[in-house]
Amino acid sequence: MGGGDGLMEYPTQWRKPPLIANAGLRYGVLLLVIIYTYLAMGSVEVNWSRVYEGLDRGWRFVQAFLQPDFTSRWSNISQGLIESLTMTLTSTVAGVVLSIPFALGSARNLAPRWIYLFCRSFIAIARSFQEIIIAILCVALFGFGPFAGFVTLTFATVGFLAKLFAEEIEATDPAALTAMRATGAGWLQQINYAIQPQVLPRIIGLSMYRLDINFRESAVIGIVGAGGIGATLNTAMDRYEYDSAAAILLIIIGLVMIAEFVSNVIRTRLQ
Amino acid sequence: MKKEVFPAYWEKHSPQVRLCRWVAWLVFVALCVFCWQEMNRDTLWYFVTDAPNQFRDISGRMWPPRWSYLNELWEPLWDTLNIATLGTALGVVIALPVAFLAARNTTPSRHFVRPIALYIIAASRSINSLIWALLLVAILGPGLLAGIIAIALRSIGFIAKLMYEAIEEVNTTQLSAITATGASPLQVLDYGIVPQVLPSFIGTSIFRWDINIRESTILGLVGAGGIGLKLEESMSTLAWPQVAVIFVAILTTVVFSEWISAKVRHLLI
Repeated sequence: MGGGDGLMEYPTQWRKPPLIANAGLRYGVLLLVIIYTYLAMGSVEVNWSRVYEGLDRGWRFVQAFLQPDFTSRWSNISQGLIESLTMTLTSTVAGVVLSIPFALGSARNLAPRWIYLFCRSFIAIARSFQEIIIAILCVALFGFGPFAGFVTLTFATVGFLAKLFAEEIEATDPAALTAMRATGAGWLQQINYAIQPQVLPRIIGLSMYRLDINFRESAVIGIVGAGGIGATLNTAMDRYEYDSAAAILLIIIGLVMIAEFVSNVIRTRLQ
Repeated sequence: MKKEVFPAYWEKHSPQVRLCRWVAWLVFVALCVFCWQEMNRDTLWYFVTDAPNQFRDISGRMWPPRWSYLNELWEPLWDTLNIATLGTALGVVIALPVAFLAARNTTPSRHFVRPIALYIIAASRSINSLIWALLLVAILGPGLLAGIIAIALRSIGFIAKLMYEAIEEVNTTQLSAITATGASPLQVLDYGIVPQVLPSFIGTSIFRWDINIRESTILGLVGAGGIGLKLEESMSTLAWPQVAVIFVAILTTVVFSEWISAKVRHLLI
């Protein structure tokens, strides 16, 4: 690797180019990240003596996972489970049924402009609020219990599914729709024969996915009084009955895994 | 010449298939009706039919919103933002190794390590951040720390799942080229895999940050800090004009974070 003879010097080692090519921007972003982290960390107050006390509780919780107690609170747990499961199914079905008109209304290739805008803004609001916040309002409106949970999950399902369905409808092949229009088919016939066959597999797949999500959510909204296993879990935590809480969590994890497995099987069979 | 008999109408399914489908639908509808009745066994319909009145009453109380309350919301909003950001950052740091252990092409052992990593992913995804927060508040005490860790624990599964799927999709020719130069496994990872998956990693993290902003707005309900605390406070004192302001603040934050996330992801991909 001598110089001389007018040969260029090559580096013996190749170095990866940096992620952000502009050095100024690179260091600027780095500096901003450091300043932000410093500021953000400053607002986190940790009461270490409280944490130290809590460690004991945490350890008891870990131990409770090794010997969960399914029996002593079984009547409460089973009631919560039934509430969660029934809520999940009914709200998913109601949500899917309601989301179809909203999806048709918010598909740009089908709906007139004012219907489109109305449906889109409804979906945007439904999606922006957490299920828990909707649950709080529903409990205030409908009283405690699984009915409030049902309304919450239905509302959230409509927000979630209508957006995805609408995107599916907008992505369909327009040729089928044109062909149907050319035969003089009515609006319902156009939807039924041109749009529905193209989007049905995805609609079923997404509905299964939402069933899965609704079960997970039904396990939490009980914390604010909207029925389901979350209420049982909250009570168990409040009473420091970690063995019952561990049992409930294990049941939730198990059911979510089963739901995910089943919905995966159905979705792969459909596609 | 034998005359063939053709049906007058074309039918998509044979009678047996139609019968099966019909029975399946019947069972499904019966199940829905049964669930509906089971769910509403203890429902007091009086309260449900009263809902429109309640709705009018509550919205009447919410109006006009007490805008001066906004001044008390800046700090909880900043806390909410910090919970989401620090929580996502912590989640990404933990999710990275989990993703590499879970991906079929980078895991050290397919039969032993991979199932464990997949189990971590599934367990983290099945438990909502509010439940994590409930546990952590019991253990660590109320405050931001519990919220940050709850968000992080919940994010691990989501981020690691999308990351390991990205890792499994990497182009193998580049890896063989780098291996052919005599590179060590770590160098293959650094020069072959990381550059291919980095954009999708960053995209995933930002997507999760956006979701986490939404999740962190409610963690305060169980004592884990942020704007949820103020919501809980205002709800329990029935201060509906304040609740209205909080809703507006949450909505604005969520929409803003969605906009940022969309912009940044658009820049990257």
